[in-house]
Amino acid sequence: MDPIRVITQNCVGCKLCVKACPYDAITMTGPLVEGKTDRATAVIDLGKCTLCGACVEACKRYNAIVITRRTFKGQDVTTYAGVAVLAEHRRGKIASVVPEIIGAARALATARSTTVSAILVGSGVRTYADELLSYGIDEVWMIDDPSIGDFDEDVQAELVSEILLEKKPEIFLGGGTVVGRSLLPRVAARILTGLTADCTELSIDAESQLLRQTRPAFGGNIMATILTQNHRPQMATVRHKVMTPAEKVSEPKGRVVELKHIPVPKSKLEFLEFVEEKSATVNLVEADVIVSGGRGIKDPKNFALIEQLALATGGAVGASRAAVDAGWIPYSHQVGQTGKTVKPTVYIACGISGAIQHLAGMKGSDMIIAINSDPNAPIFDVAHYGIVGDLFQVVPELIRRLEAAG
Amino acid sequence: MKIIVCIKQVPDTTNVRINPETNTLVREGVQSIINPFDVYALEEGVRLKEKHGGTVTVITMGPPQAVEALRDAIALGADNAYLVSDRAFAGADTLATAYALSCAVRKLSGADVILMGRQAIDGDTGQVGPGVAENLGISHVTDIRKIEEITDSRIVVERLLEEGYARLAARLPIVLTVVKEINTPRLPSLKGKLAAKKAEVPVLKAEDIDADLERLGLNGSPTQVMKIFTPTKPPGGKKFTGEPSVTVGALLSELTEAGISIRKTGK
Repeated sequence: MDPIRVITQNCVGCKLCVKACPYDAITMTGPLVEGKTDRATAVIDLGKCTLCGACVEACKRYNAIVITRRTFKGQDVTTYAGVAVLAEHRRGKIASVVPEIIGAARALATARSTTVSAILVGSGVRTYADELLSYGIDEVWMIDDPSIGDFDEDVQAELVSEILLEKKPEIFLGGGTVVGRSLLPRVAARILTGLTADCTELSIDAESQLLRQTRPAFGGNIMATILTQNHRPQMATVRHKVMTPAEKVSEPKGRVVELKHIPVPKSKLEFLEFVEEKSATVNLVEADVIVSGGRGIKDPKNFALIEQLALATGGAVGASRAAVDAGWIPYSHQVGQTGKTVKPTVYIACGISGAIQHLAGMKGSDMIIAINSDPNAPIFDVAHYGIVGDLFQVVPELIRRLEAAG
Repeated sequence: MKIIVCIKQVPDTTNVRINPETNTLVREGVQSIINPFDVYALEEGVRLKEKHGGTVTVITMGPPQAVEALRDAIALGADNAYLVSDRAFAGADTLATAYALSCAVRKLSGADVILMGRQAIDGDTGQVGPGVAENLGISHVTDIRKIEEITDSRIVVERLLEEGYARLAARLPIVLTVVKEINTPRLPSLKGKLAAKKAEVPVLKAEDIDADLERLGLNGSPTQVMKIFTPTKPPGGKKFTGEPSVTVGALLSELTEAGISIRKTGK
């Protein structure tokens, strides 16, 4: 039997499913709707269908499309409890995404009346354990071993997997960081459970008590809510700068549990060196203000103007793909679907038309200011404030005012 | 050196627009392309082969029409291609996809280096690479911006991280996912185009790759999409037109009113 079927008797030929299908997999080419000579029923092209379920949702009223699944056997879900987070760290610091994941985890734990634990593996990590407790973590599950390097991701993945198998949390969250999005997929494939990437919203479904994992796809044009029904833990990576960070508690009550009985394997990776990006204005992901330049900059030397504005605002320099592809500025500055996803307090787009791929990387910013000479540029559709004008006049004026105010 | 590049056929999203009335993707005339990140992976594979000898094999899991992406890959310098395609693969999430691809890689007797893009531009997950590596029991490194050196058993790479990059050495075989910075892909050559036209692309079905049917497609996918919706459009903002001194002044007073300062604080 096909995993997805149209129940022809129920189909009224309304085409709602055709509109809902993100993959163009449905056509109205089936037998005619009973009693109507002008309406055909839906047919699903299984070659194109990814069984995403959008059509089933769209057809709720008529129940004419059904998906049947026989999922491979998962874990015994009743033996899993609690929420856990990955305490990512490197080079002497807990990752800035960690308080945010703890904040998200706490909200979920409250909804499930359960606890929040943190998984901490590494060398000399005891001090981080105290920091984690100060964010209200109930238990830190720690493996502190001098042989675990910051960049030994293979070893870390194995240890995290072992801890999850032993402690059995029902939910496990990591940061949507480079490391989180590399380590968690490895863990999920190892312990055979589901993982949802880069979630922007997490909640507990009131009815099923499952974790609702909402994430953007298609460069942010579509949002999907995903469930992991029969497997545990329900795993997700969480987009940086989206969740509200946990507040520090005045009297930490949690405890540290050392898991010394778990053997630490030897890494197959060898760390050679870390090279910090020289430009102080490049850490876009952390920046509160970002000033970005696009095609309208016209010439690489004009990026100096963007840098000046970045300096005046204390912000970082970003760029659209057009500017990067033209070779005006390195790729590490690129914001957008194939570059970085950013969420600063203020995003100032200068000479950026606002192609959908660029919007995908910055439209989550708290405030967007656009400066563009074309009043019809799509960037103005997402901007909270827009200035229509020549950026070579507007930006210097803005810099002058900001500096004068100082 | 044996190199396998895993690619995905995706809609060419540079053509994707949103219909403002229905708030859905406009799909008419949208072409299918090789996932842009995978093109960089393929180019890197072809460069490795040119420098060190060997073969570049491209595989994709997808519907029958994904063979077009494989032919495009041959035009770009791959030696041969396999289409991993079966109804049993439909509805696969990243776990089931990684499992199926790893079965296919095993069927092709493995590789020294397995390359893919850091993520596909439709799903944006980046989870398949690490998953393939785990299934094969080999190392992986994501977000590679440079392969510095490679020998029969060892590779040195630069991995892009948020605040810089790390230089790492690893043993082969390995799975690497690449970022755009790694190279500038070539255009298809005439010779490549001819090869693409003539190439036979074998299809690997579920039974051909010795896969456990329970672990494939919808059945092998722990995650399921419950709902798909379009994000709410942000409300239209204020737009100022006129002389820069006026528009900038208007902007700054609006910001002050909103309680937002964009002036650098004295930190």
